[in-house]
Amino acid sequence: MSQHTLSVIVEDQPGVLARVSAMFSNRGFNIHSLAVGPTHVEGRSRITLVVDAPEMEQLKKQLHKLVNVIKVTELDQVESLESEVMIARIACDPVNRGEVGDTAALFGARMIDMGPDSLTFEISGAPDHLARFLENIRPYGIVDLVKSGRVAMRMVGDNSKVSA
Amino acid sequence: MTQKTYTGSNSLLQSLEHEGVEVIFGVPGGAILPAYDPLLDSPIRHVLARHEQGAGHMAEGYAMATGRVGVAMATSGPGATNLITPLQNAKMDSTPLVAITGQVGTSAIGSDAFQEAYTTGLAMHCTKHSYLVTNADDIPDIVHEAFHIASTGRPGPVLIDLPKDVLNQPTTWRKPTLAGLPGYRPTAHGHPKQVKAAIDLIESAQRPVLYVGGGVVRAEAASELKTFAELANVPVVTTLMARGAFPDSHPLAMGMPGMHGTYTATSAIQKSDVLVSLGARFDDRVTGDVDAFAPNAKIVHVDVDPAEIGKVKFADVPIVGDAKLIISALTERLIADRGDRPAPSREDWFQTLREWKASKPLSYVQDEDGPIKTQHFIERLHKATGGEATVVAGVGQHQMWASQFWGFSKPKTWINSGGLGTMGFAVPAAIGAKTANPGQPVWALDGDGCFQMTFQELITASAEGIPVKVVVFNNGGYGMVKQWQHLFYGGRISASDLSGPVPDYPGLAEAMGCVGMRIDRPEEIDSAIDKAIVIDDRPVVIEVVCDPDEMCFPMVPAGGSNDHIVMGPDEL
Repeated sequence: MSQHTLSVIVEDQPGVLARVSAMFSNRGFNIHSLAVGPTHVEGRSRITLVVDAPEMEQLKKQLHKLVNVIKVTELDQVESLESEVMIARIACDPVNRGEVGDTAALFGARMIDMGPDSLTFEISGAPDHLARFLENIRPYGIVDLVKSGRVAMRMVGDNSKVSA
Repeated sequence: MTQKTYTGSNSLLQSLEHEGVEVIFGVPGGAILPAYDPLLDSPIRHVLARHEQGAGHMAEGYAMATGRVGVAMATSGPGATNLITPLQNAKMDSTPLVAITGQVGTSAIGSDAFQEAYTTGLAMHCTKHSYLVTNADDIPDIVHEAFHIASTGRPGPVLIDLPKDVLNQPTTWRKPTLAGLPGYRPTAHGHPKQVKAAIDLIESAQRPVLYVGGGVVRAEAASELKTFAELANVPVVTTLMARGAFPDSHPLAMGMPGMHGTYTATSAIQKSDVLVSLGARFDDRVTGDVDAFAPNAKIVHVDVDPAEIGKVKFADVPIVGDAKLIISALTERLIADRGDRPAPSREDWFQTLREWKASKPLSYVQDEDGPIKTQHFIERLHKATGGEATVVAGVGQHQMWASQFWGFSKPKTWINSGGLGTMGFAVPAAIGAKTANPGQPVWALDGDGCFQMTFQELITASAEGIPVKVVVFNNGGYGMVKQWQHLFYGGRISASDLSGPVPDYPGLAEAMGCVGMRIDRPEEIDSAIDKAIVIDDRPVVIEVVCDPDEMCFPMVPAGGSNDHIVMGPDEL
């Protein structure tokens, strides 16, 4: 199974999310990540899903058949802007406190909470940026972590000219 | 007398009247009670079913006989759960249906209140759409949307769940609009480029076949189909859901394809070089092994539902839109492109088809003093009625024989449960069909197994004055199950035997206010039918004791290739 990112514009109504997510669970496919929020148009929401599924054509058509679904777009992961938000609480002691803070700062993570034996950071960006941050911060010890669903949008510019 | 407050219930009834509803099939109960009060003063007829499943199938029978939206009504909880089977049945067979269910009061929702069920959740997967109404002011728009969704695009069932306090809420009625459906835009007209591509393929084909499905019936495109088939000079096969969409007596008619289809229809598809699917969905009962299905054919797939295109089989020429409009467009394109050239004669192809028809016909043997064969009874009934009747079937052997041996001439005169295969469909669906067209004879051809699932609706038929005729082909068991056990389980008959002295079918029929008859010899068939035909004031039940060992052929065993059609038990 491969991973696909879908952007689904829906009417902002009760039950829509259940109908959309059921389309995947019915077929035994897992939703890897999910983000829902209002769009700039009144009464319209965007559901961004990352799903594991063997092929998307039939699923996209079935999603489109839902009466409250207005538009379904599959986003190519290379040609789209993807972003996630993560809050991570990292263990530290008086000795490595500064080192943990420096490492986080290298990835542009913002410290938002400080405890006697932990520092809490907020970081947002492309999924692979967050993954690299985690890889480097993991050795200090992750106490707790929360990650948003992925949001994505089709890119109009040339990716190679934009720095990460 | 004080002026009654105008409530959600009044608005519901007014909305249904606005949609042109003439009959509701339903069963009352606590949560839906408010809606039943204004129903007393409404011109809409209510047919009181004896079970909500019956009400749902009646609404389906009504819809399939008329092409209009059928309406079923039930209370919350068990009333709603009993509607689930008809909803799924309607979804599978694309039948326009609106189901109205009561719900516990909004403040009690989610509290495990008496007769509470999460109806919209239960219905999510067996409806085209569903609504939970939370404000009575929304009722006119929601009812209008529900009828629009049920009847347009690919038709299907829509459920409206109405909490009791919403039904009691003071409100006003206003003319509804369709402003609220930004995501629902069914395509009607086929793309002209695709229509042209289809005609190019069809005109140059040596062995084309029109593979006609239930969509042609739903789109009311039978006359357009006949015009096109004759003009294009292409043979026609009609699926189980399309029986009647093309007259069986027509020289281009090859019958039904698939698991129990005619040798000619199934083989014509297999050998075709261009297969034109019109409102059909390549169901597994038609295709058998998909990889071996129509292996050499280029496929033109016409369907109003884009999700059907390519779902089972790759379509070389997909055309999304309404079957009636697209078949008309195909005809126009054909006339324009062909000009003065004659139609392709395809003499070799038609010769082959004629040979198959002659050498591999549908067959059975009725011994003069042997047990009655269901097929024989169906043929006698067709003769006695001149085919001028609506035929409604349950599910199983009798359904296949009805489809095979009733020579259909008109659409909407064949009503059965195709996709879901719902046993017990026939009796209530026949009541719905008869309610729709009281002047049309309606014959339910049922099996004993099916009959025992829903026969109590004959009480409805008697009480409401709906004189349907029901034939119970009693072979003492679930015939199709027995057949599979004979063929694939070494003859071990497990839990499929219903033989024995009970029930006494004529006695049961009489107890429900019907005329009951029982025949078990071939020479009794004609007089029983004649007797039933003249009875018009009550339902009639004829128990036909028939051969318990008869099997349904031709047959392509499930999942097998359609190249291997078994014509009789000795070929297995």
